[in-house]
Amino acid sequence: MEALFATTTGILAASGLYLALRGRTFPVVVGLTLLSYAVNLFLFSTGGLTTDGSAVIGDGGGEYADPLPQALVLTAIVIGFAMTAFSVILAMRVRGDVGSDHVNGNRVDEPREDKS
Amino acid sequence: MSLLLIVLLPLLGSLLPLLGSNQRRHQCALLTAAMPLIALLVTLRETPGVLAGEVPRLAFSWVPALGLDLALRLDGLSLLFVLLILGIGLLIILYARHYLAEADNMPRFYAYLMLFMTSMLGIVMADNLILLWMFWELTSLSSFLLIGFWSHQSAPRKGARMALAVTGMGGLALLAGFILIGQIVGSFDMQTVLDSRDVILADPRYLPALLLVLLGAFTKSAQFPFQFWLPQAMAAPTPVSAFLHSATMVKAGVFLLARLHPALAGSQEWLYLVSLTGLVTMLYGAYFALIKLDLKAILAYSTVSHLGLITMLFGLNSQMAVVAGLFHILNHATFKAALFMTAGIVDHECGTRDIRKLKGLWRYMPMTTALATITAASMAGFPLLNGFLSKEMMLAETLETPLLGGLAWLIPALATIGSILAAAYSLRYVRNTFFDGKPRELEKTPHEAPFPLRLPVLVLAIVCVVVGLFPALTATGLLTAAADATLTMPAPELHLSIWHGFNLPLLMSAIALIGGLLVYVLRQHLFTFHRQFPARDSLAIFEGAVQRLVRFTQWGIDTLENGSLQRYMLWVVISALVVAGMSLMGIETLKGELAIQEASPLIIVGAVITCFAGLATAFLHRRRLISLIMLSVVGLMASLIFARFSAPDLALTQLAVEVVTVILLMLALFFLPQKTPKESSASRIVRDVLLAAGFGGVVASLNYALLTRPLNSISDFFLENSVPGGGGHNVVNVILVDFRGFDTLGEITVLCIAGIGIYKLLNRLRLFMPSSDSEGRPWSPDRYPMILASVSQSLLPMALLVSVFIFLRGHNAPGGGFIAGLVTAVALILMYIAHGVEWAQQRLSFQYQPIAVAGVAIAALTGIGSWVFGYPFLTSAFGHFHIPLIGDVELATAMLFDLGVYLTVVGATLMILANLGKVTTSHRPSKQKEKA
Repeated sequence: MEALFATTTGILAASGLYLALRGRTFPVVVGLTLLSYAVNLFLFSTGGLTTDGSAVIGDGGGEYADPLPQALVLTAIVIGFAMTAFSVILAMRVRGDVGSDHVNGNRVDEPREDKS
Repeated sequence: MSLLLIVLLPLLGSLLPLLGSNQRRHQCALLTAAMPLIALLVTLRETPGVLAGEVPRLAFSWVPALGLDLALRLDGLSLLFVLLILGIGLLIILYARHYLAEADNMPRFYAYLMLFMTSMLGIVMADNLILLWMFWELTSLSSFLLIGFWSHQSAPRKGARMALAVTGMGGLALLAGFILIGQIVGSFDMQTVLDSRDVILADPRYLPALLLVLLGAFTKSAQFPFQFWLPQAMAAPTPVSAFLHSATMVKAGVFLLARLHPALAGSQEWLYLVSLTGLVTMLYGAYFALIKLDLKAILAYSTVSHLGLITMLFGLNSQMAVVAGLFHILNHATFKAALFMTAGIVDHECGTRDIRKLKGLWRYMPMTTALATITAASMAGFPLLNGFLSKEMMLAETLETPLLGGLAWLIPALATIGSILAAAYSLRYVRNTFFDGKPRELEKTPHEAPFPLRLPVLVLAIVCVVVGLFPALTATGLLTAAADATLTMPAPELHLSIWHGFNLPLLMSAIALIGGLLVYVLRQHLFTFHRQFPARDSLAIFEGAVQRLVRFTQWGIDTLENGSLQRYMLWVVISALVVAGMSLMGIETLKGELAIQEASPLIIVGAVITCFAGLATAFLHRRRLISLIMLSVVGLMASLIFARFSAPDLALTQLAVEVVTVILLMLALFFLPQKTPKESSASRIVRDVLLAAGFGGVVASLNYALLTRPLNSISDFFLENSVPGGGGHNVVNVILVDFRGFDTLGEITVLCIAGIGIYKLLNRLRLFMPSSDSEGRPWSPDRYPMILASVSQSLLPMALLVSVFIFLRGHNAPGGGFIAGLVTAVALILMYIAHGVEWAQQRLSFQYQPIAVAGVAIAALTGIGSWVFGYPFLTSAFGHFHIPLIGDVELATAMLFDLGVYLTVVGATLMILANLGKVTTSHRPSKQKEKA
């Protein structure tokens, strides 16, 4: 199961990174969101994968799932949303002002491959 | 306390001249002179005690974590320098009053000068290495201001920049050296360092520390090969040259050698590095002093030469040599400051400093001629003057040195050659300027300088003569005290006198004077010889080097920072890959010792769906809507994964966030192109796929390695203390609102700021509103779906009720402010979707910004509230209360904090989504603003 979990995180991270390296804003934002899912899963797993653990104290269940990564990831999810929102609206603003949705701010009328 | 006065009075003095005006120059000069005069009197009051062997000290703790104390001392060495700085400083103030032209801003000049004086006093009195370094840097800065005082000219600006670059670089090296010494000794306290010679010399870090400290001292004192900045600094006004570049600042380097002599000297490295550098500098400076044509350049190179002499003496590892070095510091300061002032007078009265044009000035300025002759004779080492005494001591010491073993005779021989050159350039300075025919091509007819301009020179010339005639009476006490402070053992008994009988040093002195005369007579041959060398302009070389450096760094910046986000991402990813890959290579096996858990079929199916959706998001990214749908699948699966692995809070949060994220991206997609053009080249795609695969591989390996290793979590503390300490059974929520409440406060602040930032971004946003999709199909004219509208309206109270329930139970069961806030936000957004902005706007007619800000404020106030009860910030309290009808309820102040979180989340989320939605209608943020 660990291998499966790790593979999933890896694939999500790889897909997210590939998108983040694209040239247009929307795929980059989607990629960053995907990347943040991978990071959240990764962070969450640092507390171990607990099946059927108790969520609250006094539940009577077995071992407790590590609460610390959960607390970290919980805020990370919310902040991640704020950042996604900020970057996508920044992208819209750039398109409105510059007229292009290329991350380097290239004009629409001269679409060109960035030489990097 | 008087020690503090000596340093701080000149600092106060740097503010006083600014009160005076440029017109009332007498008043300005008097105001400036008052403070150093008082400081000098304070010093003189301390003098008898210091000469008797006392060392007054004063210490305040300043930044203990850095080892920095405001610690001052006044031992013999400090006293020698303090008297020099304040004494010559006062004469310079008088001289500058009459030297500066009407157009020069005198208050500013005096302010810089006093700032410099403060920092110089700080160097010589510092009782802490870091404090010493701080004042050291201050002298570099204030001398930069002084050299560049005539900032409208190019030469002073360039000279100032060069001096700052060289001495500033040396200052950095010095700091590194001091830190090394501090690490060896374990303290930056001066006395501790001075007492730790054995520890320092035995440490392997001794050599690097010594090299760094010497780099600092040599750059400051213009030792070879850093001598080039000093002649360029002569572009400064002459009072500055007289004060900084002969009497004080350049002496800071040799002062440092003397100050750290007890701690660093005594090794072979010290002997060779210091004395040979000094010897080379002495000869180099003397040769160029003979050749230069500008009076100030002659004096500058002669200063370089004399500094070399002093450095050599400190390097010789002999006690008498140190005494000779200290004596020469005193003597050189007097005659060289005087000579600079005479050069300034000549410049002032004749309008040129070119030695080829000047001749026979004695007819016009007999007094100045007499003073220049006396002081130049002292520089040449003529008997009955103070320069003779220390020069003879120097020659005597070179005879004693074991340096170079069998070739030890070279040292006195070279020292004699240096003295010959010194005699020759002194003679040339006086004869070519003041005698030898009549002046030619002068711009104005010279006449004798006003008395106040000559007075400082006169005072210094008198000192030269008096010390030269009665050395035992005038200098012994001060020198013995200074030597006591510089040597580890009591200073040798001093017998300063003019006549020691016929001996070898006397012969060498005589050779120097006669040889100097010969060299002077035959100087034309030397000039002819020198003309064979191509002229080297050190300023041009330096500026060229600086410009090459600037071009190189600009090239580096342009290469790395080309304005392409993709390029930056590439660098970030590559460095992350290297760092993580390196540490992964460092572990022996990927799999740790933990047993692998069995994967159930359900989990396998879930993993496959997640992976598939993730890959599909990437592969179908050019069809943006489908990519977005795939992204939401990943988000939902993440929520399920959290639920599966016992994290219900996370699952709820993820679910709610997923909803708002998808709504947000759908809205954004409405304004952005529906499809991504195909523009990446094949090679670019291959590169990115490889990079992404590598990244994914590293992440997966890291995750696997982490999952199969036992972890040592600090969470046990939270589990144990959650109920007794935080009053809640849901540990995740207790961590958020109690244990790590400060983090959460920071996070909701970020959320609120992001919301406000988005609000501003949307303000006055002009976007093309598409009426059809990318394939030309018009958007549906049906405004809002009927069924959704009616269902959502009846769902709203229920949803709000659920959110209140989730909020209230959050402390003890999965839930809490974050989740409740998201649920509320989603419920309200459903209204916007189902009925449109117009409809919702009428019913929700309030702004969301104040809600978010109020949330942060409530959370912060809850934290501050604990101060009222005398507890640290964000301490929570809880208790059981009996409420009629409802029963026993456990209430905690953390719940108030959670309310803040709730409000922030609701406010920020709606601020983002509702405002984005409004862009589609006439209710744009900008229009609202204009109405208001």
